[in-house]
Amino acid sequence: MLLVATQSMTAGSIASNFDTARPTVSKHLHILTECELLKQEQQGREIYYHFNAQKMKEVADFLEPFQQMWDDRFNKLEQIMLNYKSK
Amino acid sequence: MERKTNLTAPDGKQEILIERIFDLPLNLLFLAYTKAELVEQWMGNKVVKWDHKDHGSYQLEKVDENGNVLFRANGTIHKSTENRIIIRTFEMENSVFPVQLEFLEFESIDENTSKLAMKIIYKSVAERDEMLKLPFAQGIQMAHNRIQKIISNLK
Repeated sequence: MLLVATQSMTAGSIASNFDTARPTVSKHLHILTECELLKQEQQGREIYYHFNAQKMKEVADFLEPFQQMWDDRFNKLEQIMLNYKSK
Repeated sequence: MERKTNLTAPDGKQEILIERIFDLPLNLLFLAYTKAELVEQWMGNKVVKWDHKDHGSYQLEKVDENGNVLFRANGTIHKSTENRIIIRTFEMENSVFPVQLEFLEFESIDENTSKLAMKIIYKSVAERDEMLKLPFAQGIQMAHNRIQKIISNLK
């Protein structure tokens, strides 16, 4: 992810930075693209990968699930007490 | 659905502020926090001990169908003033998280609406941040499971 943070790169140039087999790197790129953390861009015969900062921001926003947890908890409280009231 | 709970965690501070307006009269909102059988229902935990009064204490737990304790927490009630305020501690047992201090302020808005303002204070900024990441970590675990599944399909 750090490699593509500042520039778009092809799968080959990304793979050349790792000590792993090219198909393994391709699998990782495929997964990161599926998760929308990377975006693909066709330039001629090459596919360039670049970093999707917006998606990374969404993933990194760890406050979001915490807030959702409290909202769900309070929604439940509200529902239970509304039922309790009507008894 | 629009979220009704507002949560803020100011940078560099060891606290979390949570505010929520409920479609409930004040007395019912307060009751949800003080009556053991209601706490059990909305928190989804079993009440092991419940002595809700100034200098009282409580203990909650969640047990699976085989009787294994999945979660246990306890705390002391420092102060409880009906329909106004609860000051208490909360601590998860057998966890790395230290005890936290909670201020709960209850306020009536109109006869059918009330507000709860919570301030939770942690031992340190780092410990607050770790606590904030708990549900996030669970979400990441689900994402990892999904990645694992995708990899298995690629093989």
